Amino acid sequence: MWKSLHIDPAKCTGCLQCEMACSFEHTGVINPAKSLIKVFNFEHEGRKVPYTCTQCTEAWCLNACPVDAIRIDLATGAKMVFEDTCVGCKVCTIACPFGTINYNQDSGKVQKCDLCGGDPACAKACPTGAITYVDADWTGYGRMQAWAAKANTAVAAG
Amino acid sequence: MGWNRKVLRVNLTQGTCKVEPLNMEWADQYLGSRGLATKYLVSEIDPKVDPLSPDNKMIMATGPLTGTMASTGGRYTVVTKGPLTGAIACSNSGGFFGAEMKFAGWDMIIFEGRSPKPVYLFVENDKAELRDASHLWGKSCWDTEEEIKRAHQDPQIRISSIGRAGENQVLFACIVNDMHRAAGRSGVGAVMGSKNLKAVALRGTKGVSGIKNFGEFMTATNAAKKVLADNAVTGQGLPKYGTQVLMNVINEIGALPTRNHRDVQFEDASKISAEAMHEKRESDGKPHLVTNAACFGCTIACGRISAIDKNHFTVKNSPKYWGASGGLEYEAAWALGAANGVGDLEALQYANLLCNEQGMDPISFGATVGAVMELYEMGVISKDQLGIDAPFGSAEALAKLTEMTANGEGFGKEIALGSKRLCEKYGHPELSMSVKGQEFPAYDSRGIQGMGLAYATANRGACHLRGYTVASEVLGIPVKTDPLATEGKPDLVKAFQDATAVFDAAGICVFTSFAWTLADVQPQIAAACEGDWSMEKLNEVGERIWNMERQFNNAAGFTAKDDNLPPRLTTEPAKTGPAKGMVNRLSEMLPEYYKVRGWTPEGEPTPETLARLGL
Repeated sequence: MWKSLHIDPAKCTGCLQCEMACSFEHTGVINPAKSLIKVFNFEHEGRKVPYTCTQCTEAWCLNACPVDAIRIDLATGAKMVFEDTCVGCKVCTIACPFGTINYNQDSGKVQKCDLCGGDPACAKACPTGAITYVDADWTGYGRMQAWAAKANTAVAAG
Repeated sequence: MGWNRKVLRVNLTQGTCKVEPLNMEWADQYLGSRGLATKYLVSEIDPKVDPLSPDNKMIMATGPLTGTMASTGGRYTVVTKGPLTGAIACSNSGGFFGAEMKFAGWDMIIFEGRSPKPVYLFVENDKAELRDASHLWGKSCWDTEEEIKRAHQDPQIRISSIGRAGENQVLFACIVNDMHRAAGRSGVGAVMGSKNLKAVALRGTKGVSGIKNFGEFMTATNAAKKVLADNAVTGQGLPKYGTQVLMNVINEIGALPTRNHRDVQFEDASKISAEAMHEKRESDGKPHLVTNAACFGCTIACGRISAIDKNHFTVKNSPKYWGASGGLEYEAAWALGAANGVGDLEALQYANLLCNEQGMDPISFGATVGAVMELYEMGVISKDQLGIDAPFGSAEALAKLTEMTANGEGFGKEIALGSKRLCEKYGHPELSMSVKGQEFPAYDSRGIQGMGLAYATANRGACHLRGYTVASEVLGIPVKTDPLATEGKPDLVKAFQDATAVFDAAGICVFTSFAWTLADVQPQIAAACEGDWSMEKLNEVGERIWNMERQFNNAAGFTAKDDNLPPRLTTEPAKTGPAKGMVNRLSEMLPEYYKVRGWTPEGEPTPETLARLGL
């Protein structure tokens, strides 16, 4: 069973623990500049939104890659960049409609969220539950449950 | 190792930027941030220097936990000699600027001299250069941030800047970073303005790699985060209500200074409280509070993001203030509100916005307005001088005086001097509610006795963040003591002062101390930093920092006479509440405090104390 990163911006405080955790997991350095998840602060609306790859099924990046350096990890569903194969041409960064695959000057390759092999560091580090890792078929579960709770059903009198 | 071991020295007179290794011997004795930067400052400047002269220096410094996953590890400190007080100034700010300094590879930046023309410092990792800021001079902190990001085509730059208040050398000007966080107190923004330094812009992509033991560090920081999450104050109260959770609490115990400390309870406290910020407004059906917000790495998230009522008289013709922005913290709500008897939440938010926009400390500003309103009611200052009627409670006067001070117009130029100089000028020095020239924050020491001692002895002038005995005397953290008693308070104040110095030096937020003791911080420092960082050593570091600051002040000309409170607090009894009939009994506590500190009856550290601390 695959899982998905599920993001609830209403719970995000903008603390960047996710960016630190992501960069540390992937580089061994606490360095938000190298994070694969970014938190955006819409200052004048008072909104903070963490954003990263949604792991598209028909992934633009994967289809655009001329050397087949982006492949699916069948265990997690993550679209993985294989650095040995990637030539750093950046075509995938143009193809991705969401901007979630980017070039890394240090490696000369592209990088994107790989779901940390099925145990995403960002979700573990989030102190408010704004980022969770849930059943890929049930990212709507929480919202359904919230609406279900409002259903106007009769309650038996005690 | 925690530190980057690298210092940037910027000589503004010569226009040079030089790299120096961090003095690791000092790092071992003073840890970082407040402690280490103060050690540099006191080693490099004459204590008697004019704070606004080129001979004063200003240091921006991080701690070893700044920029790490330690909760609240995003703090940085501005250390200089303060123009409001003439004492050591040390103002601490959250936001994201401090962490960015670490990520760019630096521990601290030392500014010296004075630039012949307005400049800003641009740092991109190892590269540091001064750039022309003529086009930014006159702009607000908000516009300065936007301009610099636009000019460099990089929205990820983090910026600290001064607004018009700092440029005009308002003596309580602050340095604002990330739109609405501030190194707020003691006039550090005026020092920056005196140096013709408009802003510091940082972009760091190197990150923090020098943690001594990452495995132990993650274990320690995760355990400490759990303590914050499980604590009622840091896990629930502060995220939901912010520091404003205190407004009604402090009013009820009769320690909410009102109308320039004439009263200790404010009849409209509930209208400007955290609870009021959550209520839907009659005018537009929306609550004042939009959301909470965290500084870098903070798992508490006490910050307030508010949206002012667009129909309010202060902003109905100014759409630029209509969006969400930094909201009222307890101190600002008190200083702009209760201290002036103003119970109009939207007016307070307007004044708060202007303080953020142009870079003013709302505590000292609001408290100075309180003194002006009292002088107005006494007939000492007239409507003609002010340009407006200014009785206590006037939201119109508050709004107008804020605009005038922020923009350096009319009577605002006199408010810019702070309450001590203003009250002296008008022949009523006793009406300045300040210690060493710095205005009190939001706790009346007639109702919380220990705070009287904490204020009188705070090295940067009256301050709640140097020894927050409110935690013990009101909230029972870590143990409950009687707020109306003086017994045991000298020991309590010393313990809080020394521990707080360590929190500050580490680069974390003192608000963690609602849940953490030093024992929660110690494992995080020990895992991050090389060397021995036992509890015993940290306690000694805290005490060493305190005594070093004291030595600087004594050398600057302060004496035991300056460890004092205004006569209103020691001779005029509280009129209402649990402390009714009481004054602050500082004289019962101060001699004992000197003894506990190992100081002479004149307030000088004894040779034995200095030797014990290696000073």
